[in-house]
Amino acid sequence: MNTFDLLLQGVLVAMQPMNLLYALIGVTLGTAVGVLPGIGPALTVALLLPVTYKLDPGGSLIMFAGIYYGGMYGGSTTSILLNTPGESSSIVTALEGNKMARAGRGGPALATAAIGSFVAGLIATLGLAFIAPYIVKLALVFGPREYFALMILAFVTVSSAFGDSALRGLTSLFVGFALAMIGIDLQTGQARLSFGIPDLLDGVEVTTLAVAMFAIGETLYIAAQGNRGEETVEAVKGSLWMTAQDWARSWKAWLRGTIIGFPIGAMPAGGAEIGTFLSYATEKRLSKNPEEFGHGAIEGVAGPEAANNASAAGTLVPLLTLGLPTSATAAIMLAGFQQYGLQPGPLLFANNPQIVWGLIASLLIANAMLLVLNLPLIGLWVRLLTIPKPWLYAGILLFATLGTIGANPSVFELGMLLAFGVLGYIMRLFGYPIAPAVVGLILGPLAEQQLRRALAISQGDVTTLVMSPIAAGLLIVAAAAFIIPLILRLRGRGEVLSQLAANED
Amino acid sequence: MSKGNEPLATKRRPDWAALIIALCLFAVAAVMLWDVSHMKAVAQYARIGPATVPTAVALGLIALGIWTAFEAWHGDFPEREHQEIAPVIWVVAGLAGQMLLLKTAGFSIATGVLFALTARGFGLRKLWLSLPAGIALSFVVWVIFSQLLQLLLPAGPLERLFF
Repeated sequence: MNTFDLLLQGVLVAMQPMNLLYALIGVTLGTAVGVLPGIGPALTVALLLPVTYKLDPGGSLIMFAGIYYGGMYGGSTTSILLNTPGESSSIVTALEGNKMARAGRGGPALATAAIGSFVAGLIATLGLAFIAPYIVKLALVFGPREYFALMILAFVTVSSAFGDSALRGLTSLFVGFALAMIGIDLQTGQARLSFGIPDLLDGVEVTTLAVAMFAIGETLYIAAQGNRGEETVEAVKGSLWMTAQDWARSWKAWLRGTIIGFPIGAMPAGGAEIGTFLSYATEKRLSKNPEEFGHGAIEGVAGPEAANNASAAGTLVPLLTLGLPTSATAAIMLAGFQQYGLQPGPLLFANNPQIVWGLIASLLIANAMLLVLNLPLIGLWVRLLTIPKPWLYAGILLFATLGTIGANPSVFELGMLLAFGVLGYIMRLFGYPIAPAVVGLILGPLAEQQLRRALAISQGDVTTLVMSPIAAGLLIVAAAAFIIPLILRLRGRGEVLSQLAANED
Repeated sequence: MSKGNEPLATKRRPDWAALIIALCLFAVAAVMLWDVSHMKAVAQYARIGPATVPTAVALGLIALGIWTAFEAWHGDFPEREHQEIAPVIWVVAGLAGQMLLLKTAGFSIATGVLFALTARGFGLRKLWLSLPAGIALSFVVWVIFSQLLQLLLPAGPLERLFF
């Protein structure tokens, strides 16, 4: 069967009334949570994971897809109307979008972000559908050592290639590794780092760590800022609709953003931020009116928003085909898969094609729903932004702890949540990125497994790791991704890299 | 955040807080190495066993600790913004309160306490308003999640009163 048939079958799965309902609930919840300031897509997905616990795997993953896209959409709304982006990949959107909103052009800014997200999501999801089978074929020739090399590459790009300090990225990654060691060793059954505490034998849950570090750590950080710098929500004045000129200026930016964003997401290159910055720079260079940039240029919203969504769909390529999460959001989605005993990777395409293709098709549907649902509902989302801070953060913590209690109602688990929350706050305070810790926690054990398999096959000969051309090539790329930024920073050219910081998504 | 452009001539002081981070990294590495040393020596096929990767991670942490200490000594860490401690303590107290009350008082009351203390941390002083509101909201959440979505949330006196 070719891709088109499979996709069509997926659409049939996704179009079942129950699945449509799940997708609708997903996009609504995703947008509602994503629109709250300080909450990015990673946290949105982590917070809403418990809602899907009791659904069947297909339905829950479909709801997931909706939450993921909805969370991203909500994030862009926040950054346009409130100058505090909920996620680092929306920083660029805030740059121009907030200026537009202040100039009374909030409506067109939101519209171009929404339609741009739709266009990018559509093209990128189709791209995912058509590229995935080829990567799956490639992945089938991968052995343990190739996977290990690929994971090393992902570790480097997630932790140290971007951001303002390789040291802090790597430290965060190793914190994740250390936490990943807790629990029973899968191959020998030996308990590691559990100190005789039964609760630790199962290891640290990815969702617990993600919710603690993103929700509780962030809440503590914002609480510690005191009441300085009240933000103002820009009212949406004037027409929501884009003028003919807005359309003319937007559509090329959407397409360019998509073309820039998708490959960056699809390569194990970390978050969506990089694409948004590149897209912004491109639009600024190509624009006929560059003087508008910094004062509310519509291209500066359209391009980066499209790039953001395209690269988010792009991160699903390594996630679904190789089981390789390259962003915090993808790491949490991987945890969602594992909760049903599904391991993304080439075998998932072979064994559960209806789930994979149902998911891909739901992304298309969720995307369309967001467009139809959200432009009319914009007034409602704006009202969510005006919730006073005490109520907002009290509510966020309520739902943050709800997920943990729902998964495991134990005092010990809540204690871990609190401890990791404080850890997340301290890391935030000292400028450590959070995403590497989350990726390290989920990908660390997988990398260990592949390494041990590879070495068992070679009977302990370490050179086997570089004896295959693919593995050696990947390791060379990983080494380059580690060393080149280090040299750039030493030469004082680190500003570019710190702008590309992969902080959250 | 980046300090690339500052002249190196300005001598900066050691960052003591960052030096403590380095010490913490050493401590974690030490705990991991201690744990590994207690592991039963199984007949290890191919020289790689459950102890290999923890050892590697511990060595990595030591290397990062040295690097951190080096940067901290030179004051290379980014400036930290002023932090107010009181709100942080309120929020932490809320989380601790929820943790301790959960088993005895049930989800709604425990989470209501979390809600009220978090709101207090963000400047809402009217506990007589936020505590009942938090308990009511938590109760609604409890009903939705435990009755409709069949999630196991601990029940207390308040929940048993209704269900």
